[in-house]
Amino acid sequence: MEQNNKELPGIKGWIEYRLPVFSFLQHLSEYQTPKNLSYFWNFGSIAGIGLVIQILTGILLAMHYDPNVDHAFNSVENIMRNVNYGWLLRYMHAVGASMFFVAVYAHIMRGLYYGSYKHPRELLWFLGIFIFLIMMATAFMGYVLPWGQMSFWGATVITNLFSAIPFIGESIVTWLWGGFSVDNPTLNRFFALHYLLPFIIVAVVMLHLVALHKHGSNNPTGVDVKSEKDTIPFHPYYTIKDFFGFGIYFLIFAFFIFFEPNYLGHPDNYIPANPLVTPAHIVPEWYFLPFYAILRSIPDKLFGVTAMISAILILFFLPWLDSSKVRSGRYRPMFKWFYWVFILDAVLLGYIGSQPAEGIHVIIGQFATLYYFFHFLIIIPVVSKFEKTLPLPSSISESS
Amino acid sequence: MRKLYVLILIQIFIASLAHAHTDRMEPKQMKWPFNGAFGTIDREAAQRGYKVYKEVCSTCHSLNLVSYRNLTEIGFTEAEVKALAAEHQVRDGPNDEGEMFNRPGTPADHLPSPFANEKAARAANNGAYPPDFSLIIKAREDGANYVYSLLTGYQTAPKNVTVPDGMYYNPYFPNHNIAMPPPLSDGLVTFDDGSANNIDATARDIVTFLQWAAEPDMEKRKRMGIKTILYLLAMTGLFYFAKKIVWKNIK
Repeated sequence: MEQNNKELPGIKGWIEYRLPVFSFLQHLSEYQTPKNLSYFWNFGSIAGIGLVIQILTGILLAMHYDPNVDHAFNSVENIMRNVNYGWLLRYMHAVGASMFFVAVYAHIMRGLYYGSYKHPRELLWFLGIFIFLIMMATAFMGYVLPWGQMSFWGATVITNLFSAIPFIGESIVTWLWGGFSVDNPTLNRFFALHYLLPFIIVAVVMLHLVALHKHGSNNPTGVDVKSEKDTIPFHPYYTIKDFFGFGIYFLIFAFFIFFEPNYLGHPDNYIPANPLVTPAHIVPEWYFLPFYAILRSIPDKLFGVTAMISAILILFFLPWLDSSKVRSGRYRPMFKWFYWVFILDAVLLGYIGSQPAEGIHVIIGQFATLYYFFHFLIIIPVVSKFEKTLPLPSSISESS
Repeated sequence: MRKLYVLILIQIFIASLAHAHTDRMEPKQMKWPFNGAFGTIDREAAQRGYKVYKEVCSTCHSLNLVSYRNLTEIGFTEAEVKALAAEHQVRDGPNDEGEMFNRPGTPADHLPSPFANEKAARAANNGAYPPDFSLIIKAREDGANYVYSLLTGYQTAPKNVTVPDGMYYNPYFPNHNIAMPPPLSDGLVTFDDGSANNIDATARDIVTFLQWAAEPDMEKRKRMGIKTILYLLAMTGLFYFAKKIVWKNIK
């Protein structure tokens, strides 16, 4: 016998010495978590299950889907009509995308309110933003695959955004399309990437979890864990709590799948793509609307695209824009108000994004866009400097 | 190239400005038996609707995604479906001699299209393209009510409105001018079961049929939904109480 792990006898020790799988399992069973996590902390695991559902239903759909401009639309209808429970798979996948975004937006809102992006969780936050960016790309390309009117025209509008890049923009767009318009090569590569990116998301989620487990979860008080009294083991306490959360999530999910499967989609996407007929009103999926509103609120294309991208990239700077030593919004009386104003602003942007860009909507959209950046660049730094925070509890146990 | 796309984008923008608030009238809100969590397709009405489709709509509108065999789902017997399918000739082949030939339709065949292609359809319809009907209910906002309202909504244009030649006035259609002549009239289709065949009843029947055609698995979906929701409620309840018990001693 070679030298083996001293704490584990026999075959387990032999394996552990070469691949630390048992200490990993032990970590999972012993992982200590703050005992005061509220239901807002459920959305991480809910987003995880959302991703798993998308991948499983997606793989099954891909077995019947045909990424060719002449067959894509009908192959989706073939899934809906002739594949056993194909309608269920497809509605799960389509509604599942929206549900995944709901979970992720709730997860991000939780992080924003409780200062989960602050020291020492900056990289955890960064990885989360990467996941968000990749899932946006994945969702966009997935919406193109059924090759309906909104698929085609959405793809045309969004890929055209790259033409705003000075000098090389046009070449980039041609390169993205694989031709001189959105056509078969575009659909082919979107399908390939739509299949690839979710697995990249899984990889980044793993890193997200490694970073999470390094310093553990933040908690509603934002106070660090001081002693063992502040924590409970993840299992069984949070496993059972997560399962209850899944139950609620699945109930809402099931309601949409079975009773309003097309509510979150657009009727025009049941019309086959036609490059010669432009839909009256091109709108992206609801989860892109706030960013779409930012894009449209600026008349200049390059500046509009830059603003839209900055709206997400600005999140990377948040850990430094917010210099307050207090994490949780609970003890930040001013921040708390501005937080909710910001959320309202984001919802307003979403509404504006769904409306035609005309009249009063343009002006409201411009103010809402301005406020979005004002919040991050002015309000957050100023508030975190001058705010009188409330006294923090000495520990998590003391707070309850 | 660049100019072309800038132009397209400008066009999209203008189009969205121009059409977003077309004063299309809100469709009449009907009580359909297929609405709601327990909604079902009225088989009799759907069969009458098929007759309306066959005798009236199918002159211009295809129903590409529906096969004859699917018609058993709205209550036609296998024998009836065979007979319906055999009524038309299908171009098939090539045979062993390399020749295309005609044969009677079978239940596996799709419903025939009235036109060979879009160009032929436009040529026969004054430039307008009658859309395929397979998904029409899902492809329009508030689809069932929209189609019903459109079919029953033809009226003489108000005095101050001029309707272009070859167009008809219908306030439920975007821009109010539709190329389709009023397709239904009282007594146009005679039903074997002696059902009412005025415009209103005929429109209801065709909408019922098209609702089924747009989503043949709707009833299955809703039935499964009820069971799934009940199961999830029970499971979530159990998890809730299990959570309570596990967390009992945590302060």
